[in-house]
Parts: sequence; C-alpha cells; structure tokens
Amino acid sequence: MDQVIQLQMWQMLSAYIFILLLLFIVRLKGIPREKEILIATVRMSLQLVATGYVLVYLFDNINPFYTILTIAIMEIFAIFNIFKRMKFKLNQKLKKTIALSMLIGTMTSLLYFLLVVIGLRPWYDPRYFVPIAGMIIGNSMTGIALGVSKLVDGMKDQRHLVESSLMLGATPKAAAGDIVNNAFDSAILPTINSMVGMGIVFLPGMMTGQILSGISPITAIEYQIAIMLGIVGSVALTVILFVQLGYRTFFNHEQQLVLDEE
Amino acid sequence: MFQINNLKYKSILDITNVRIPKNQITCIIGESGSGKTTLIRLLNKLISPDEGTILYEGTHLSKIDSVELRRKVVMLPQAPAIYSGTVRDNLLIGLRFSEKPLASDPNLLNALQMVNLQKSLDQSSDKLSGGEKQRLALARVLLMDPEVFLLDEPSSALDEETEETIIMKLVEHCKNYNKSLIMVTHSKKIANQFADFIIEIKNGKIVNR
Repeated sequence: MDQVIQLQMWQMLSAYIFILLLLFIVRLKGIPREKEILIATVRMSLQLVATGYVLVYLFDNINPFYTILTIAIMEIFAIFNIFKRMKFKLNQKLKKTIALSMLIGTMTSLLYFLLVVIGLRPWYDPRYFVPIAGMIIGNSMTGIALGVSKLVDGMKDQRHLVESSLMLGATPKAAAGDIVNNAFDSAILPTINSMVGMGIVFLPGMMTGQILSGISPITAIEYQIAIMLGIVGSVALTVILFVQLGYRTFFNHEQQLVLDEE
Repeated sequence: MFQINNLKYKSILDITNVRIPKNQITCIIGESGSGKTTLIRLLNKLISPDEGTILYEGTHLSKIDSVELRRKVVMLPQAPAIYSGTVRDNLLIGLRFSEKPLASDPNLLNALQMVNLQKSLDQSSDKLSGGEKQRLALARVLLMDPEVFLLDEPSSALDEETEETIIMKLVEHCKNYNKSLIMVTHSKKIANQFADFIIEIKNGKIVNR
C-alpha cells in the first residue's frame, strides 16, 4: 500500500493562499466580509489542530471513560448548536425535547452501527467510535435543526388552522398532523438528496479520506455505504422522535393550543 | 344547558351569572372587542377561565374531556378555515377530525344547498371567495350534526339578503332537529328577528338579558 504524502509545514502554509485569494476578491468587490473570513479561517485551523492532538491522545490512551466523555462533549456541543441556530427563542419544554431526541436517536443508531454493523471490539475503540459518532451526530444535528424550525414556523403560521381544527373536535395529533409530516419531510430531505448525488457528483469525505490513506476504494465504499445508511437511520430516528414529542409541547393538558406570546 | 358562574378571563371577561338555554337560539351581541368571541371560545374549551365555572349539562367543563366536548359543541370561527383540497375534502374534514362516519355525496350536496352554495364537490377550494369560504365552513359544521352550534359571526362576509336566508334556514334546522344555536352577531336586526335569548356584552360584562 502506498503511504499518504506527509504534508510539510510550507505545504500547509501554501494552502492558505486560497484564503488570500478569497480576501483579495472580497476586498476588490467591496464586500465587507474580511473579518468573518479571517475568524472562520483561524477558528477552523485552531479547532482542527486541537482536535488532532485530542485524537492522538485518545488513540494512545484507549479507555472507555475517555471515549464516553468525548461523545458526551460532542452531544452537548451539537445540542447547543441547535439552540443557537434558531432564529426564535425556544422554550424550556422544546429544548428538553430536542436534547432528548438527539440523545436517544443518535445513541441508538451509533451503538447499533458500531456494535452490530461494524462489530467493534473493544466497543470503546476511539479510532472508530469518535469519527463515526461525529458523522452521525453532525448529520442528525442538521436534520433536527431543520425539523425544529419547520415545526415551530408551521405552528405559528398555521395557528388559525390548527385552532380551527381543534374547534371541530380534532385531537391535537390530528390538528398538527400536516405540520408534523411537513417538518419531518423537510428534515430528512437533504440527507436523501445527498444519497442521490453520492459517488457521482462528489466523493464523500470519509471515503476520500480512506482512499487517500491508501485503503482500497472497495473497502472505502463499503464503509461509505454503511455509514450513509447509518446516517439516514439516525436522522430519521432523531427527527421522528422530535416531531412526535415536539408538537405536544404546543398543547396543554386540556388540549388547548398554547403558543408563547412574543 | 350552559351555566356560567363568577367567570373571569384575563381583563377581557367578567361574568357573574348567566344561563344559556337548551334547544334555543341564543344571540351574543356587543361592540367589537367586548369579549363575544372570547365567551364562545370558553364554551368550546379552547381556553379556560382564570376564575369561576362553566357547566355544560350540569357538568364542570374541567371535568369533560376537551376533545369530546368540542365534538358535541362545535365552534365555527369568524375567519373560515379552509384546508387545501377540494370542496368535498373541506366538507368531510370536520367528520374526519371528530372521528364520525363520513357522509355520502348526496348528503354533502344537501349541506351545500343549505348554505346556498352551488359548487361542485370536486372543485378546488382555494379559489373560492371570502363569502363562499364562510358558507363552506358553515356547511362543514352542519354536516357534523353536533348538539350545540357555536357560530362566530357566521354571516359577516355575506350580503344582507344571503345572510338572512341562510340564518333563517339554520334556525329552522335547529328547531326541527332540537339543536342549540349560540351565535355571535354584530347585527341587532338578526338578533331581534331570530333569537329566543339575547346576551349583550359590554366591556366584558353582560349588560342586558
């Protein structure tokens, strides 16, 4: 097997020429984005460097406690990232629902994937556990974030229709049914679309990484197919849990619609 | 049928005591913002009072399951809710929501006739005018055949002539089938013409019975 080309320091630095190019273009066009570009570049670099060292440490000190701690931190970051992304203020009940759906949805899929599909031994091996958790949690986070904003917007925009349905004797479930389905649909659509383009329009990151590191493309696609299925499952599970529990937070125990007043 | 005692809702309603009789036509009148709609929303249990009690057939509303109550005491909002789909879909959705057996096409046409709406059942509902939507929503409620109709200005988008015909048919229907009708209206004329019982609300209080 060919070894991957090790990047020298000057090679790394030469890649930053792309950012200089971008900065040159925005300056030329008078688009005031320099600050964001610089911050994003610095953050990306520092975060990845830090992650690199953390991963080296984890791989050198294999320990179930470290693996669990890493996953917990990833989950917490993902959950707070969802809260932060929302244009509107989320109430406490909805936040709890998001956290619970993320935890149950991603953990179930992740454990099934690692223990049954991959058959990982020991189960806490961070070389598999951490990157795969990253993909599953990251994609579920994007999916659920879409689901949350669709559900909340739907309940607000269609408040009149939901309430009119209640007046006709609809259960909250029936009254919110279309909104719930719509939110689920929008949340899983990007994942489904990315499956369609995969391998033709773009080579997914994990597969590219494995190929670069000298692994046979056949092994790489096996992993890619498996992880893609795992991601679809996790997104679906996370989002269905969220929408099914989430719509209930808009109704009280007397089946009345309660929307937080702005 | 409905008995309200010492009811308070926010700063909107303050009702000491009122009885709404069964199998009769009750009209609720008053200026806009006086609390008429809030009152019928309370009767539909879409909201609950902060203080005081509402009894339906002698039972506290808090003791009746909201969904079950709303299936017997159906409310029609002032701005009609039109769902995407055909006229037929819109007529049937009330029965679907309340988990009642669906009506046959002749029955649906019959309901449309009651509200003076000549539309085909397969027509898409989004092109209807405001007045047509209002009548479609009314026909939907009629099909549900509830014990009590709570109607919030059911004829606000109709011309005076159509308004009178439809309210007349509605009143007749209620008399024939022993239904109770509670109707918010801005029209004193309608109230005087059809009501057995009039509730006038002013600034959240009942002024005249």
